[in-house]
Amino acid sequence: MRIWTFLIALTIAAPAAAQDLGTPVPQGGEVETVEQEGGLSGSVTDESDWEDLGIAIAGFATDRDVETPASSSGTAGLGKQMAQVVFNDLRNNGLFKPTGPDALPQPSFTQITAPNWPTWSNRSAEMLVHGYVRARPDGRLTVGCYLYDVALRDELARAGWVVPPADWRRAAHKCADLVYSRLTGEDPFFDSRIAYIAETGPKDNRTKRLAIMDSDGANHRFITTGRSTALTPRYSPDYRKLLYLSYVDGNPRIYVYDIGTGRQTLITQSENPTFAPRWSPDGNWILYSMAVSGNTDIYRVSAEGGPSMRLTNTPGIDIGGSYSPDGSKIVFESDRSGSQQIYVMDANGRNQKRLTFFGGRAATPEWSPRGDQIAFTHIAGNFRIAVMNPRGGDLRHLTDSWQDEAPTWAPNGRIVQFFRTARNSGDTSLWQVDLTGRNERKLPTPVDASDPAWGPILP
Amino acid sequence: MNTRFTTIALLAGAAALAGCKTTAPEVLPPEPGPSTQTTPNNTAPAGPVLGTQEHFVNGVNGQNVIFFDTDRFNIDGEDAAALQAQAQYLMRNQAINITVEGHCDERGTRDYNLALGERRANAAKNYLVSLGVPANRIRTVSYGKERPVATGSNEQAWAQNRRAVSVVIS
Repeated sequence: MRIWTFLIALTIAAPAAAQDLGTPVPQGGEVETVEQEGGLSGSVTDESDWEDLGIAIAGFATDRDVETPASSSGTAGLGKQMAQVVFNDLRNNGLFKPTGPDALPQPSFTQITAPNWPTWSNRSAEMLVHGYVRARPDGRLTVGCYLYDVALRDELARAGWVVPPADWRRAAHKCADLVYSRLTGEDPFFDSRIAYIAETGPKDNRTKRLAIMDSDGANHRFITTGRSTALTPRYSPDYRKLLYLSYVDGNPRIYVYDIGTGRQTLITQSENPTFAPRWSPDGNWILYSMAVSGNTDIYRVSAEGGPSMRLTNTPGIDIGGSYSPDGSKIVFESDRSGSQQIYVMDANGRNQKRLTFFGGRAATPEWSPRGDQIAFTHIAGNFRIAVMNPRGGDLRHLTDSWQDEAPTWAPNGRIVQFFRTARNSGDTSLWQVDLTGRNERKLPTPVDASDPAWGPILP
Repeated sequence: MNTRFTTIALLAGAAALAGCKTTAPEVLPPEPGPSTQTTPNNTAPAGPVLGTQEHFVNGVNGQNVIFFDTDRFNIDGEDAAALQAQAQYLMRNQAINITVEGHCDERGTRDYNLALGERRANAAKNYLVSLGVPANRIRTVSYGKERPVATGSNEQAWAQNRRAVSVVIS
């Protein structure tokens, strides 16, 4: 469905004319991932001082300032807006110290592939991001993105994309992803989306609406009206559907909502309440939890529908569930031992085994897309976001607040998003924290926000 | 599974059981949501009409709410007395059906609280059924931590919110 076309991505420094990216490109493909040369050593979890790396992000240039549906100020104005998006992406993750287009000279179109080095070295920028945007005859936009090492006067990476005007922000996120990946050696995550619950009204009469937005909060959209309470959304891996809980018929029930058609269907035809929906990584399976006479167990059903398979069968509350990236295991929550703890089982329900013995309660486990960590809510007095390895060891707390819960992973498994509830007021907000626990930030949302669910990187 | 509670079911409904562990808060929460209450003023100036929430609450001496300890769903002595009063009302008024709403305090994760609220509602329902109320007259719904009556973040508020509320289906 996306008309993304991969153009070029070279890590070898080779001076290239701008026309290289302006020549006709194949259409209709998806962005290909390119084997990059190893990034600079280091990761978000390192103690390395990425914060000190100065990156200059200049306004994207255009060959010809023409009108575009993407911006009221033409392709020239759009170029500056795109650089601003890249700047915000890189600034907000706390790793870099970028300088944005408003504080920098605007390069010309020809300088995009041949930077005016003295300008940038005089500004003590270590890294330089250049880009351009061109309107195509078919109405779409070609966007190029270049990363340079100023000291080496060398090109580190480049890529280009063709996008419909409405998707211009995605091209900017792809550019930020290119820079982030090349400099940290980590997988990208900016070009992704988040589903969450928008909250308004007083604590004892809250309106809760299903909403979606880009990873940076842009393109915000409410899905439900708020007449009935909506909770716990989960994006399908292809972003076409949302699983969520709604009280629309008066009972808590899980629905599959089709974003394209706006239609929604019950996950299972049952009079019993259903909770805690989850997708398998390949999108073929759905986990849900169902209470029968007060006893809650976890079930699995094909995303196409059909009969459900019961995976747990113990007295008490077995709920939630998160697949390992390879789909072979499920980590879930159970109070069969007397209090909420985290367990793991095979995808067919066999070999159920308790993982958490940390003291307190352990809830809402989410397996990292990388497979190396499980994020969860550790309840010992306060509610804190924590991670552990998949064997239940190496506990590390990432946050220390009154009530943080419901972690969800960035697509690259390097940032955890969660929601924070304020004591007394009940105000809720979305937050992100990296795996060091040092870089914590609040995500801007139009109103209060809870139950975040981060989707995968867009193709 | 809650059969052991039936032994105390014969105790007088309105009598508080002296010496029992008290889990209910000092201050009773407000009556359940206004949507379930109808104003009887137009048709019955003399008092609440059968079929209204007000009539039910009066009929059970205000004991339409029971309370739970943290992370628990068992019916204690005080709960049993309240449910006894509810059962007597329902046996007297065969046309009345109720919904038992299960609620939790805010100090739990969302999904778990939905399941815990369902457990509490079912514990109350099972107890009423054990007293002779037909199961098909009692619906259950869990609101987890979504509908607190006390909005503070303290032990007293949480104790008021850990509750099962019986509401007449109108």
